[in-house]
Amino acid sequence: MSTLEKTETKPQEETATTTQLSGSQAVLEALIHEGVDTIFGYPGGAIMPIYDALYDYNEKLTHILVRHEQGGIHAAQGYARTSGRVGVAFATSGPGATNLVTGLADAMIDSNPIVCITGQVFASLLGTDAFQETDIINITTPVTKWNYQVTDATEIPSVLAKAFYIAQTGRPGPVLIDITKSAQLQLFGYEGYSKCDHIRSYRPKPIVRKEYIEQAAALINEAKKPFVIFGQGVILGQAEQDFKNFIEKGGFPAATTVMGLSALETSHPQHVGMLGMHGNYAPNVMTNECDVLIAVGMRFDDRVTGRLDKYAKQAKVIHLDIDPAEIDKNVKTTVPVWGDCKETLPLLTGLLQPRDHRAWLAQFRELEKEEIKEVIHNELNPTTEVMTMGEVIRVLNEVSGGDAIIVTDVGQHQMVACRYAQFNSSKSNVTSGGLGTMGFGLPAAIGAWYGAPHRDVVAIIGDGGIQMTIQELGTIMQFGAKVKILILNNEFLGMVRQWQQLFHDKRYSFVNITSPDFVAVAKGYYIDGNKISERKDLYNAVKTMLDHDGAYLLEVMVGKENNVFPMVAQGTSVSEIRLK
Amino acid sequence: MEKQEYTITLYTENSIGMIGRISGIFSRRKINIESLNTSPSEVENIHRFTILITESEEVVRKLCRQIEKQVEVLKAYYNTDEELIWQEQALYKVPTDVIAEKAPVERLLREYGASAVVIRNDYTVFETAGHREEIDKLTAELTKYRLIEFVRGARIAIIKDSAGFHSKLKQFEREEPAPEMVENEFLDQGDKVFTM
Repeated sequence: MSTLEKTETKPQEETATTTQLSGSQAVLEALIHEGVDTIFGYPGGAIMPIYDALYDYNEKLTHILVRHEQGGIHAAQGYARTSGRVGVAFATSGPGATNLVTGLADAMIDSNPIVCITGQVFASLLGTDAFQETDIINITTPVTKWNYQVTDATEIPSVLAKAFYIAQTGRPGPVLIDITKSAQLQLFGYEGYSKCDHIRSYRPKPIVRKEYIEQAAALINEAKKPFVIFGQGVILGQAEQDFKNFIEKGGFPAATTVMGLSALETSHPQHVGMLGMHGNYAPNVMTNECDVLIAVGMRFDDRVTGRLDKYAKQAKVIHLDIDPAEIDKNVKTTVPVWGDCKETLPLLTGLLQPRDHRAWLAQFRELEKEEIKEVIHNELNPTTEVMTMGEVIRVLNEVSGGDAIIVTDVGQHQMVACRYAQFNSSKSNVTSGGLGTMGFGLPAAIGAWYGAPHRDVVAIIGDGGIQMTIQELGTIMQFGAKVKILILNNEFLGMVRQWQQLFHDKRYSFVNITSPDFVAVAKGYYIDGNKISERKDLYNAVKTMLDHDGAYLLEVMVGKENNVFPMVAQGTSVSEIRLK
Repeated sequence: MEKQEYTITLYTENSIGMIGRISGIFSRRKINIESLNTSPSEVENIHRFTILITESEEVVRKLCRQIEKQVEVLKAYYNTDEELIWQEQALYKVPTDVIAEKAPVERLLREYGASAVVIRNDYTVFETAGHREEIDKLTAELTKYRLIEFVRGARIAIIKDSAGFHSKLKQFEREEPAPEMVENEFLDQGDKVFTM
């Protein structure tokens, strides 16, 4: 085609079907079409055209200016977890983009649907060590489900459609789209936005094979001691009700992973607690007693299985998972039920024959009594002078009634909160399970509140973790997220200290951490707060926190050298769980 | 399980950064890639990776699942040497006077089916293709005769049992989706497992 022909035909086409948009405008149009209403971000040089366009989209898109890009992506994660929608984070090139990496890794391992948009230097400068240039695509490849660099604005609508499709289908995960400044500025003929619903090389969920279901059902129907363990897959598959139908029809005891918490209400009569290193006694012990182990939407993390060669060796294993790479990865499966549990659970339930497993369930309750006697009772109703973390959670349960969203950071307080917090409804537990990211709690709680603004959001954080991302108090101050921050202060990096005590002859190496006056810090950010160290003040302090209309920080001083028990020590079997 | 040579064949979209994405899956697990070849495949716009590693079958199977999980990978196969027709190519640069003067060299090259690609006064370049052992042997022999340069290409392999990717590709298109099997050692045994 000659140049002449081009110029002759072009204007006609454009007036007929297209409007001129910049790449930046196309990004924001895409977000609106995908139903995004909230963005967590931080501007900078290479993403300025997008922020410039955002100025005109102010009414349709709420942008929360975080104080650090890590805070931005953790907030997007919190948002995704409580809303069930895709969380969106913006960052600029270079340091802005690299600050996302921890959050991407966290979202990858915990399967959070996230779309990150990063600015990049002009396409002409790629690879020249330009100012704030970093190869974020290569840096983030192992910690993203998919990533892509846009250098031509015409690609933006289809690439973003792919990004949202990939992030939220199949096993969800984070996607990063890196857009050069030149592509953000480029004007092009915009032909509208169409959502993506198929990528040929990507199979988000398989067509369920009936024989898997039949064989799994046959095993379950013959089982004398079936045991269900469930994870976040139940929540991600929006299969909470299907899951409940399944365990209720079968009469199975069911235990959760950390990530599966709140998929089944804590008070359910068949809920037998939490699995794993600091999980409950009965489910850990019974893992090595059951004859059929039915794993639903969980991935046999090492913190759940303990020593693998002594894990459920006596049991036939049925594994329901959407990700084929998880099947047989850690635990050999007898029947793999590969598929979306939203589809597979009802099919399986349909084939169940009613069985009476009450006697089997009672065995769990017997072991539970032992745990209550040895651990739980003392933790929740201590006679010591100083408070325990457990009693703070107990009081929180009493005041909130179990309706609050519980966000935790990482460490002892996390395990205590996961063990004792009461959950009445799904999507109420936000924690960094797989990556164990200290500093996750505060920003995730901000996002969690935007994802569910009508619910109480309580961020339970240790004195160590809060200091990693404390700058996000500024975000709360500016935008008014009504986050309740409950700091459990034991004046130690408690989990590491516990390990040093138990496994390193009490050689406390750099676990003694001092803290600022947190209430004063909060005051500096115009956030109300209180600090208590006596039991008599606990109930009222928690109530004041929850009743307060707005963000609030409550610091509770707890026992310095308390340990979290039970514990499956590293390298031991789940049945060797220690009560003390 | 014992380690042995496995050839992994991947069908992927032709997009930038695929080699990095794929190789990261190996390096993350500290597994050395012995050779890697990328090329077009029998299907237009679909690329074929041929990767050679020495590992146990269990590791290779898990690797292939992780690879298939990548958005732009359509399919990963793994095969043992017996299941493949495979070749590696090699180029040798040898001083021309050695060949002219030393009869054994010429015989050697003929024996190994090497053919001259370039002949100059100062050097001659030969190429040969075959299995690793033959190439290694020829290399060792030529080293005795002032071998100047040597390079060996990555393994390329044809899967004996494969019917090609044209029909497989249809399963990935919207129109004719097909169920996929998860390989499972217990399921394969059928009845033995399901009587309790």
